[in-house]
Amino acid sequence: MGLLFSFFTVIALIVIVFIGVNGANLHYLFGVLIPYATFLAFIIGIVYKVVQWGRIPVPFRIPTTAGQEESFPWVKQNKIDNPSTSLGVIIRMAFEVLLFRSLFRNTKAELREGPKLSYGSTKWLWLGGLAFHWTFLIILIRHFRLFLEPVPVPIKILESLDGFFQVGAPVLYLTDLIFLGAVTFLFLRRVIIPQMRYISLAADYFPLFLIFAIGFTGVLMRYFLKTDVVGIKQMTLGLITFKPVFPEGIGIIFYIHLFLVSALFVYFPMSKLMHMAGVFLSPTRNLANNNRAAMHVNPWNYPVKVHTYEEYEDDFREKMKSVGIPVEKE
Amino acid sequence: MANPKPEELARIEYNPPKTGWMDTPTVFKPGIFPYGCKPKSLETVSFPNPRSWSVKDEDWKLPENWQEIFIEGLRERVNKYRSFRLFLDICVRCGACADKCHFYIGGGDPKNMPVLRAELLRSVYRKYCTTSGKIMGKIAGARELTIDVLKEIWYYAYQCTECRRCSLFCPYGIDTAEITILARELLNLLGLNIDWIAGPVANCWLTGNHLGLQPHTIIDSFDMFINDLETATGIRVSPTFNRKGAEILLVVPSGDLFADPGTYTTMGELLLFHELGLDYTWSTFASEGGDFGFFTSNEMAKRLHNKIYEEAKRLKVKWIMGGECGHMWRVWHQYHNTWFGPVDFLEEPVSPITGTKFENTKSNKTVHICEFTADLIKHGKLNLDPSRNDNLIVTYHDSCNTSRGMGFFEEPRYIINSVCKNFYEMPPNTIREQTFCCGSGSGLNASENMENRLRGGLPRANAVKHVKEKYGVNMLACICAIDRAALVTAVDYWVPGVGVTGVHELVANALVMKGEKKRTKDLRGEPLPGMEGE
Ligand code: HEM
Ligand code: SF4
Ligand code: SF4
Repeated sequence: MGLLFSFFTVIALIVIVFIGVNGANLHYLFGVLIPYATFLAFIIGIVYKVVQWGRIPVPFRIPTTAGQEESFPWVKQNKIDNPSTSLGVIIRMAFEVLLFRSLFRNTKAELREGPKLSYGSTKWLWLGGLAFHWTFLIILIRHFRLFLEPVPVPIKILESLDGFFQVGAPVLYLTDLIFLGAVTFLFLRRVIIPQMRYISLAADYFPLFLIFAIGFTGVLMRYFLKTDVVGIKQMTLGLITFKPVFPEGIGIIFYIHLFLVSALFVYFPMSKLMHMAGVFLSPTRNLANNNRAAMHVNPWNYPVKVHTYEEYEDDFREKMKSVGIPVEKE
Repeated sequence: MANPKPEELARIEYNPPKTGWMDTPTVFKPGIFPYGCKPKSLETVSFPNPRSWSVKDEDWKLPENWQEIFIEGLRERVNKYRSFRLFLDICVRCGACADKCHFYIGGGDPKNMPVLRAELLRSVYRKYCTTSGKIMGKIAGARELTIDVLKEIWYYAYQCTECRRCSLFCPYGIDTAEITILARELLNLLGLNIDWIAGPVANCWLTGNHLGLQPHTIIDSFDMFINDLETATGIRVSPTFNRKGAEILLVVPSGDLFADPGTYTTMGELLLFHELGLDYTWSTFASEGGDFGFFTSNEMAKRLHNKIYEEAKRLKVKWIMGGECGHMWRVWHQYHNTWFGPVDFLEEPVSPITGTKFENTKSNKTVHICEFTADLIKHGKLNLDPSRNDNLIVTYHDSCNTSRGMGFFEEPRYIINSVCKNFYEMPPNTIREQTFCCGSGSGLNASENMENRLRGGLPRANAVKHVKEKYGVNMLACICAIDRAALVTAVDYWVPGVGVTGVHELVANALVMKGEKKRTKDLRGEPLPGMEGE
């Protein structure tokens, strides 16, 4: 149900633009108002969510560790997986965010006759995830050529690296291929692996369809429908300088692409996609293990009712005395 | 109720049902769930809704406004724990955690996949705490908190041993253990604890330990240990209790005072400290290192462990040493300092034997006994004859708490390697940070849920079986009292012929003591290698 719902939601989004732009001529709405509004919602939404998380206390310092803790000088500490300093934490976090280190550990449990359990290493999710996110990032950075004039040198370098293989005209970007491949892979594993299908919600299919559709319309525009790039750049530059213009000859495909991105903007802050910000705030990863060496303060720590020694001795005084245990009150 | 045969239990169906999980009703299976708590246990600690009830009954006798209590409790907690809210918000359901849980591996119930276990509560969170869930309902993954949903949350909250193995593999470190901890806290607002946790909590409140051992019973146990030790070594140890002015307060899990093989660990500790002439004391009041309050609520955990510091202060000791226990390590190391700090009435711990400063605990002043002993051995302070353990081929089980719970791997291994000659590791994916739970942690070591315990114990036991077949391993060493109670059962079932031991039992066997008689028996009264005829 979640799958179909998500699929048709994305189709519906496309139909809306089609009707809105081609049918009702709402260029200003779809080309200016909606992108502005959704981008604003995106920024406000993310800030809101991060501030909301940030204001909630971290009462205890309980990271999940994956190595030997700091101990005697003769015991080798795993300074990254069980960090006791901020530097260790920063390195651990960098590995997590840039390389998905925890996912790299992934194993697959298998039960054979015997019974015999084994846990082989499996890197597919890690690889697919990494390919998806990194190409997403590179594509995003490449898009800055549309918003900056002159195009900065680093972006030009990135583009030429990306188009290294010089296939066809316009140049085929490797990242485009990998990106669509990776999204497809992430989708397929969700529907093919029974456990994955079982845990998947609409909220898992929808972003995949949406992102795929964004990528796909982008590719269509660039390689197949050959939209007027100069015109698009005029328009995007117009948007970013708050002087919107509508050059002739910009196809509906661009409006679809833009509208889907707008949809992603709105959807992002209220969805699981917020893992982008959440990963940095995760208390099981971003804290050091120095609990016995330095006190961690819980802002809402409060006194609790306890059973005191006095009460204990009152309960057991005779029994204690009978076996020679010293007591406070004879 | 007899348990199925291992062959039967090991036929596991991993394919999920055809219907979606929200539409698949949860059936309570005997052998899987523990019994509900007794009213007396709740009354003892003034917990809400004490009444007699049974899990099997339709009516759980909840307060009229149970929904409101649960939801209010949930709202309160997502604003008190950043981790909780974040974990409920950002899971992408990538499935990396799914086959990491020993209960899923050993049982195949899809709701035991950590991601779904969390989702049971997450769906309720969405409904009552997020806008999209409120508006879009089921399509946004939200669902109403009905009585069946509550029961389902209960059923699976007491099928999680809070071992954090899932958290290790999650790309965001989402810790289903923490979600379970808070789910149980919410259930306790309605009086829905289990007997095996609520009983020990009440005992601990009244007597200072989970088993309810009163001061004179504790002394009785020790008298037995002292006699047995004298028989084995010719040396009569003389421990002290509640003694003021001792340098160190020793607190161990009470299980080690009560049942084999934990008692041998205590006996080992008695011998070791006697040999060192250590100025330490036991306490009948602070007679429990573990904390079943931790399996109940944060507040209850704190209420139970206050005694350790109160006692340390009263006895004017310099620092505190903790025995071999898993969740005890977790609570002491992760929570004590935050609950009770600054602990400025104690001194920074220094080993009186080696002079080593325990730098990593300079604020909290609690040392784990394995740290203490490893340091002794490193400094050559013990006269050890590892050949006395030659009949043992040993492997080591990292307990979840001392490994993933911000702990250590090397100290216990260093000790074991110093006191016995045949040590073999289990496969890499089953030890250290990837270690498997014994299957009975976090208060689930009752008997009525035995089938589930055995299922949860399968991954651990199966790794033991591997080294038994490969290297002839016959002894599983561990540093946790629950392991010593639970692994015996799990190993007996899955890999008969392997024993379970605490590390300090091995130490004591190898320890050559001043003035000892010719040792022919180990602490269990079995002949030492080469002494079979004597
Ligand atoms: C700091 C930035 C980010 C980090 C560290 C990060 C990390 C991850 C990781 C580790 C996964 C799980 C593996 C996988 O399924 O690929 C994941 C999943 C996902 N991420 Fe990100 N992510 C980031 C930003 C983003 C952004 C900006 C988007 C898109 C707008 C995004 C979209 C997704 C999606 C859709 C999934 C689920 C894939 C699936 O359904 O299997 N992520 N992310
Ligand atoms: S590994 Fe983490 S993000 Fe992935 S499904 Fe499990 S809890 Fe969710
Ligand atoms: S904490 Fe352990 S028992 Fe609980 S869900 Fe995670 S892996 Fe399973």
